[in-house]
Amino acid sequence: MTKADMVEKIYEKIGFSKKESAELVETVFDIIKTTLEQGEKIKIAGFGNFIIKEKADRRGRNPQTGDEITISARKILTFKPSQVLKAAINTK
Amino acid sequence: MTKSELIEKLLETNTVLTRKDSEMVVEIVFESMKNALQTGDKIEIRGFGSFTVRERSPREARNPKNGEIVSIPAKKIPFFKTGKELRERVNNP
Repeated sequence: MTKADMVEKIYEKIGFSKKESAELVETVFDIIKTTLEQGEKIKIAGFGNFIIKEKADRRGRNPQTGDEITISARKILTFKPSQVLKAAINTK
Repeated sequence: MTKSELIEKLLETNTVLTRKDSEMVVEIVFESMKNALQTGDKIEIRGFGSFTVRERSPREARNPKNGEIVSIPAKKIPFFKTGKELRERVNNP
């Protein structure tokens, strides 16, 4: 499933045009992305949390050559599913 | 940012949108993702990321309190892979 399926549902259920529905879905994801970019987490009750984690420098190896390299510090996004979502996926 | 703050923010971007509409839009976005995952469907949101359902094999583990062996049945977990655009935006130096 993709954004197009969400657009379709908004069009059917709320009655906005397809174009307006598409813009709304786009805006929702834009807000989420901008918020995460600023390092702020997103908490969606019943779905899960999107959290930015800071990773420190670490030593690693190039799996192809075996050379030791330093993997630089970075920020990564992780998703922690809510209990509700986990339970929903495991029923039936 | 919580779901209600997201609803608030969406409301600010669009002058014709009512609060009810904004709530419904946000609900639909997350409900449809939840429904897709429930049926085992993969979700792909370009520029954001993708969600898949992964299977975890059954395993034996120990209750850390009393050391008893408990068997944990197979289960499914939702897995999120960050999209390239978002991964780069989040890791802004």
